[in-house]
Amino acid sequence: MTITELKNIRAEMLVHMRLRRPDGSAIFESLENCPIKKQVLVCCDTGCRSSKSTEILEALQQEALDAGLEHRVIIEKTGCFGLCAAGPVVMVYPEGIFYAKVKPEDAGQIIREHIIEGTPVERLLYKEEHLEQKTPLLFNTRFYKHQMRIALRNCGIINPDKLEEYIALDGYSALARVLTEDTPQGVIDKLKASGLRGRGGAGFPTGTKWQFTHDAKSEDGVKYVCCNADEGDPGAFMDRAVIEGDPHSVIEAMTIAGYAIGSSQGYIYIRAEYPSAIKTLQSAIEQARSYGLLGENIFGTGFSFDLELRLGAGAFVCGEETALMTSIEGKRGEPRTRPPFPANKGLFAKPTLLNNVETYANIPWIFQNGPEAYAAIGTEKSKGTKVFALGGKIRNTGLVEVPMGTTLRTIIEEIGGGIPGGKKFKAAQTGGPSGGCITEENLDVPIDYESLMSIGSMMGSGGLIVMDEDNCMVDIAKFFLNFIVDESCGKCTPCRIGTRRLYDLLTKITEGKGTMEDIKTIEELCDHLKNSSLCALGQTAPNPILSTLRNFRAEYEAHVVDKKCPAGVCLSLTHYYIDPEKCRGCGMCPGVCPVGAINGVLRAPHTIDTAKCIKCGRCAEVCRLGAIYRG
Amino acid sequence: MPNCKTLVNYTGTPQQEEQLRQVIEKYKGQPGAAMPVLQEAQEIFGYLPEEVQVIIANGLDLPLSEIYGIASFYAQFTMNPKGQYRISVCLGTACYVKGAAAIVEAVEKHLNIRNGGITPDGKFSLDCCRCIGACGLAPVMMINDEVYGKLTPEKVVEILNSYN
Repeated sequence: MTITELKNIRAEMLVHMRLRRPDGSAIFESLENCPIKKQVLVCCDTGCRSSKSTEILEALQQEALDAGLEHRVIIEKTGCFGLCAAGPVVMVYPEGIFYAKVKPEDAGQIIREHIIEGTPVERLLYKEEHLEQKTPLLFNTRFYKHQMRIALRNCGIINPDKLEEYIALDGYSALARVLTEDTPQGVIDKLKASGLRGRGGAGFPTGTKWQFTHDAKSEDGVKYVCCNADEGDPGAFMDRAVIEGDPHSVIEAMTIAGYAIGSSQGYIYIRAEYPSAIKTLQSAIEQARSYGLLGENIFGTGFSFDLELRLGAGAFVCGEETALMTSIEGKRGEPRTRPPFPANKGLFAKPTLLNNVETYANIPWIFQNGPEAYAAIGTEKSKGTKVFALGGKIRNTGLVEVPMGTTLRTIIEEIGGGIPGGKKFKAAQTGGPSGGCITEENLDVPIDYESLMSIGSMMGSGGLIVMDEDNCMVDIAKFFLNFIVDESCGKCTPCRIGTRRLYDLLTKITEGKGTMEDIKTIEELCDHLKNSSLCALGQTAPNPILSTLRNFRAEYEAHVVDKKCPAGVCLSLTHYYIDPEKCRGCGMCPGVCPVGAINGVLRAPHTIDTAKCIKCGRCAEVCRLGAIYRG
Repeated sequence: MPNCKTLVNYTGTPQQEEQLRQVIEKYKGQPGAAMPVLQEAQEIFGYLPEEVQVIIANGLDLPLSEIYGIASFYAQFTMNPKGQYRISVCLGTACYVKGAAAIVEAVEKHLNIRNGGITPDGKFSLDCCRCIGACGLAPVMMINDEVYGKLTPEKVVEILNSYN
């Protein structure tokens, strides 16, 4: 492909791509000469697909075909809109009308009423919790208003399987310009000027990393570019969404990286648990190759670069950079000591550049719009935007992208729509099992790499789990530790044995057998783990414990001293009781109790023998009067 | 480690082995070939028995210990197939106090396999699981998707026989 050909594809596709503006500001002049008046986009990201969005897509296509509309309406699959809680999601352009919780059987009505007659289907419009009326445009929702989509700019707009649609929205234009106008050092300088930092968690300046790998000497001239798509943190799925919604932005960025550091071979390491992302990526790589955007002599510049996919096999530790490279080398995915750093001695002992998916997804935008534009967004030390995966006790679960410096309160209360059920906010966990929790008092801190560190948490890859008053913080710490115990690779002793011992101590506390001495031991052990583990997995494993201990020490002490779980979560410390005021002695509960722990005569209030009770909860399930409670 | 040894006789067909050799041929000489070969081998055979690992080790000219090291490291690789009938005995608290241990023992004794194992004919495999939420029927077990409740060791034998 030549640059002229690239421009031609762009011009040709732009006619209908201009209609896809989420804010409804479609450029209508292009409608006049275009037979296509409406475009329907269906989210086919893993989230929406699990609730049948592929069937919705097929039903819409069939209905359009039956109505003889196949040349007047475009019906495409697309990537994640972010509002997963409202899935499956369908968007109709040029208006930007947003339909939520669509079912395959709604397809006929959408085609008939909206596409043919021009009246949106009121029933399927999205309704925001705090408003009386429905909100037809996604762009006007509280969820969308505070967002700024850079990494996710094409998700929900293009069909990820169509390279031409990516090109229409300036795709590969950054690569074309870089290859024809810039020197490798020029590319790196621009990246440095943008202020972009690694989105995988640690926040290392990306330009500096590229510089190190650029400067590193390789005896035979071989260097590698790698992409970390081994997204393993429970609760994080932004990398999957980027790959499933906009795979070419990663491919384009990696090719730019190859040019900048002097490499002609890249590897994308992706976890095998993401079958749909793997398929999308594979087909995108093949398309890029067939257009000559990967391979020999790209744009006739003499620069060659190609990509290969490598699949993980279910090991969390392989998200750590050295372990990831050992795994690509086809070995047990164990980390190794640094230095030497990957920039000097990485994959197959060659200088290697490794960035995360979201980091790459920002890069084409930076070169399209200029590093200054990127550096103008965010805070002093953290530039640009960050994608968060909202989960836990929050109304709008899904993916959000906000400028750095946005407060957690805006993310939770505005974008996230608050906590359902009128419950009280307790804490938000960022950084998954390596991160920490943020409490009420820090909700107004503008989020960036430094501020999160200063309040005892970390940016991490962007999982954000919200917890309310019903969550027990000791139990949460135990949950994360359990995950780490399973995933510790076993190479170094502090992590292998230390995490197990920490887990045992936490179990002891949640069972009401803990002592104050145990809390001291936990703190000591955490310190050892931090200082002596080989890789980040072990070094950061104590974070959830330390941060809950710091913020919720009283809750730990309640478990230890009072033998009580204030949130009523830890089974051993709570009991089932029957409210004698409510119980009428109907005899239902003794019938289902598997251990015969309920005593009483018919038509008189029953009681539970807490010594016998195994807390299975069957009695509370069958009680029609709500007389049985846990406390 | 129940994952590492299987009682099931190797039943790989010459066609499957040929397919595997082609996979090995495709990746041989490429850096880091062992992982993709093991992944495709598991797709072909459903699991990674010793015999398959030997073919891979010979084919890629790597020590068998290295292949075994990789296969046992990653959670996705399994060296034990699942049976035609997958038995899961619930070891949740309710079932446990109602004698789930005796139920496990009855299955183990009747089929002559251990937890995590599989019968030599590949028909039954046994795993213990966490609470499946049928506490009112304790003790329970599942065979594929069918739930059996209020079990006694005698009843277990009866149920297992009905699958013969």
